Amino acid sequence: MIRRSANQKAWWLVLPVVALVAFNAVIPLMTVVNYSFQETFGENVFFWEGTKWYLQILQSERFHASLLRQLIFTATVLAIEIPLGIAIALSMPRRGIGVSLCLVLMALPLLIPWNVVGAMWNIFALPEIGLLGRAINALGIEYNFTRQPGAAWFTVILMDVWHWTSLVVLLCYAGLCAIPDAYMQAAKIDGAGNWQVFRHIQLPKLKRVLTIAVLLRFMDSFMIYTEPFVLTGGGPGNATTFLSIDLVKIALGQFDLGPAAAMSLIYFIMILLLCWIFYTLMMRGEER
Amino acid sequence: MLDLSWMAWTWPTAAFFAAVALALVAMTIWEKLRPGGGARRGVLGLHTTRGDRLFISVLGGMILHLAWLGALGPPLWGALGVSALFALAVFRWV
Repeated sequence: MIRRSANQKAWWLVLPVVALVAFNAVIPLMTVVNYSFQETFGENVFFWEGTKWYLQILQSERFHASLLRQLIFTATVLAIEIPLGIAIALSMPRRGIGVSLCLVLMALPLLIPWNVVGAMWNIFALPEIGLLGRAINALGIEYNFTRQPGAAWFTVILMDVWHWTSLVVLLCYAGLCAIPDAYMQAAKIDGAGNWQVFRHIQLPKLKRVLTIAVLLRFMDSFMIYTEPFVLTGGGPGNATTFLSIDLVKIALGQFDLGPAAAMSLIYFIMILLLCWIFYTLMMRGEER
Repeated sequence: MLDLSWMAWTWPTAAFFAAVALALVAMTIWEKLRPGGGARRGVLGLHTTRGDRLFISVLGGMILHLAWLGALGPPLWGALGVSALFALAVFRWV
């Protein structure tokens, strides 16, 4: 049997957080659950509908298409941002004036509000006046993200990579700086090359920060809303309508609160499941 | 009296949240009476505590209900039964 501490006063310190979470998470979540089983036409009048909205969402082609787009988007940005973030962190200087410079440069995209990022990239990528848009067209490649689905995807992914790779870089850089010099000295004595040092020392030591980076980037990219909404509005057509954009269209555009509540709970369960799988897989390696 | 009509409470949803709260209270009492100790390694090779096993059971139950609804449609009594069996299996072997 585990011997326990008799002093449990620390629990009182958790109370403010419990109160805060109750107001900003639990009560809204309960309300969403309640809405997901009912229909309303306003005025706080509700009609019981049972599982109708869940069935409608689960069998909806529109939901399947948004989910597929979301999965492709998340997989693509993770596949780019994680290796790129590690590579940049590895190439950053560890001492000297370059450290501060690199850290400030890396932190800059993270300081910009999400809607500003969307507006900035919208102007930057416009084919007529934007630097990126004009440059690509000048190369002879027809590029117009407001008309071409492929160009819209390219722009949204590029924008996300620009905005969020820095987070992976900063986390990995902190992880790399925390590796004791003794490991590197031992590797040097053994004549290990750069790849061997990375594979057998740096990567295993980065496991914890990479777990955090992957989880944060997965959750953020799976819930992305503001940047693509400002950049493309979910278009052209529905080409960049990800789950959250579709959800807002149903909830606020169509004012279908019941289906929107059911969709948001299905969305929530998916995020919970995928985060648990990611976390379990990554911590499993840690336990070995 | 606080007006909570905007939360659109119904008996079935209130019963669901009461069940969740009861499960948490029951887990606390169980832990007080018979401490579960540290994490154990189950058949899936996962290291889980009682709280982890409750989380897996609830999450699995939600997914089973959605899968049942998507594949077979209502009613969901069958999904409830399968979820209960799943929870028992998780607490016993995972």
